[in-house]
Amino acid sequence: MAALSHREGAGDPPAPSRVLTRREVWLRQQRRRAALIAASSMTAVLLAVVLIVPRTPGWPTVKKTFFNGARFRQDFPDLLGYLWTDVKLFLTCVPFILIWGVALAMMRNIRNPALFPLRAFAAAYTDLFRGIPVILTIYLVGFGIPALGLKGEFHLLWFGGRWNSAYLWGPVALILAYSAYVAEVFRSGIEGIHESQRAGARSLGLTQAQTMRHVVLPQAARRVVPPLMNDMLSLQKDVALLSLLGVYELFRRAQVIKDRTFNYTPYVVAAVIFLILTIPETRLVDWYSARHRRRTGGSQVA
Amino acid sequence: MKRQIIAVAAFAGLLLAACGDDESTTTTQAPATDAPSTDAPSTDAPSGDAAACAEGKTLEAGMLTIATGDPAYPPYVIDDDPASGQGFEAALAMAVAAQMGFEGDAVSWVRTGFDEAIAPGEKTFDFNLQQYSINAERQQVVTFSDPYYSAPQAAIASADSTLQISTIADLKSLNIGVAAGTTSIDLVENVIQPDSQVQIFNSNADANAALVNGQIDILVVDLPTALYLSAAEFDNAKVIGQFPASAGSEAEPWGMLFAKDNPLVECVNMALANLTASGELATITDTWMGEYTEAPEISMG
Repeated sequence: MAALSHREGAGDPPAPSRVLTRREVWLRQQRRRAALIAASSMTAVLLAVVLIVPRTPGWPTVKKTFFNGARFRQDFPDLLGYLWTDVKLFLTCVPFILIWGVALAMMRNIRNPALFPLRAFAAAYTDLFRGIPVILTIYLVGFGIPALGLKGEFHLLWFGGRWNSAYLWGPVALILAYSAYVAEVFRSGIEGIHESQRAGARSLGLTQAQTMRHVVLPQAARRVVPPLMNDMLSLQKDVALLSLLGVYELFRRAQVIKDRTFNYTPYVVAAVIFLILTIPETRLVDWYSARHRRRTGGSQVA
Repeated sequence: MKRQIIAVAAFAGLLLAACGDDESTTTTQAPATDAPSTDAPSTDAPSGDAAACAEGKTLEAGMLTIATGDPAYPPYVIDDDPASGQGFEAALAMAVAAQMGFEGDAVSWVRTGFDEAIAPGEKTFDFNLQQYSINAERQQVVTFSDPYYSAPQAAIASADSTLQISTIADLKSLNIGVAAGTTSIDLVENVIQPDSQVQIFNSNADANAALVNGQIDILVVDLPTALYLSAAEFDNAKVIGQFPASAGSEAEPWGMLFAKDNPLVECVNMALANLTASGELATITDTWMGEYTEAPEISMG
């Protein structure tokens, strides 16, 4: 370690010590060996797949019904048109989830005894909505609230319709469910900030609220980005669940084509479209996490 | 010594089974029994050709395995009990089975969901009937029998609805719902072409909830189902009209579904032809579907 930092230091670099050279040589060998093993095991797996799968008795049928080239070309542009509905639903939900999630996390962090009911509410809320499968929340909210017989019309960004529309209560259900997860992410972020930060801020004369606003939250926000993006990625896909309320989106469109043709290729197309959307997002999360790790001084073990 | 005898018997059994080959699960049988096909139907078949045709083509020798929905609804199957032969499709399937020489215990019923029936792979049934519409695209993946019925589509509204519907144009401005897996979607998308996006639900029950909630104004289903649902299942719904056959239903009648290129389909078609010729198909249709055809017509206008 000493040698390393010495070498990285500015000025005329001294000749590397013999120990370091040997270590570097060894490391290089290890890396090469790892790459070789990775490449050969990957080749073995791919070969096995390429050789074995087409030899299975059902392969010709599977190829025709799941990987049908003609259907793929025909359905791809069709389905792509329905992706926009998913994206709109997703974008509608995100700001509400973040705001409500932060609010819940802060409620759970309240230390004023008079406000205990808020704290208890936040705890009960997260227990409730994290404990219920999202699909059930969607069913209960999406069919239950419209049963109240609300009249009138709503307009929200790009959605509009009657007050009992699935395009209103579907997103509401997702917001209720996901804000519980996001609140927990924020809470862990807030609680992860060392107590000395609060103590320091208070000793400088900041109030509880100011401490939260200027010292704790900014630090917590940076820490929670990777897990938060994870939840958003999950939300991106769960939007398809709103189809069961009658929302006509990508997954449902794929099902409609499948039901008409008895061919499952549209599902594969839908999966590909979701991947086109989510893989760049996943890479972005990975990149951000790696950068975050580097900056906060985590070290790497080979 | 005893052990040797057992070993020899087992070996002989295996050998026999290996030679027999059409029944791979009988290896545990002692070689004392006869070949398994003696008690199979052959003598008392009402129509020689369909029965002869079906021999050896079923999933299980001497047995006909028929599949239907889970659950199956009236008027197609009464009380979700197809083996009773009560209900249109149950009665029809039993008549077809009898034509092919399968009666009583020789007919076994299994249940499949919509997807289970159409997904590629081994089928658990000889044929499956649950109002499958025949179309050219589906025929690339499965095989259908000749058509046995054709039902028009119909619109259900809530009981207190004041909608006045006489032509298809009257429906354009409405919120319309359908159940997934039905051909009603095609009618809504291609013929009605409503202003707002059609809403698709997982089941008729979900669609009904949306109807009661006012999330949709009408639900489109086939007429017999519409009449049954509004009379028996849905508390607050009524059938407001049926669509003319030219709106799509005549082009896509119902057929029994087989695994692709299953040779048994010829025998079933033979049986259906016999039933049509003898007037039995018409009797079955009248008995079960007679009261499920009445509703005011919505004109193409």
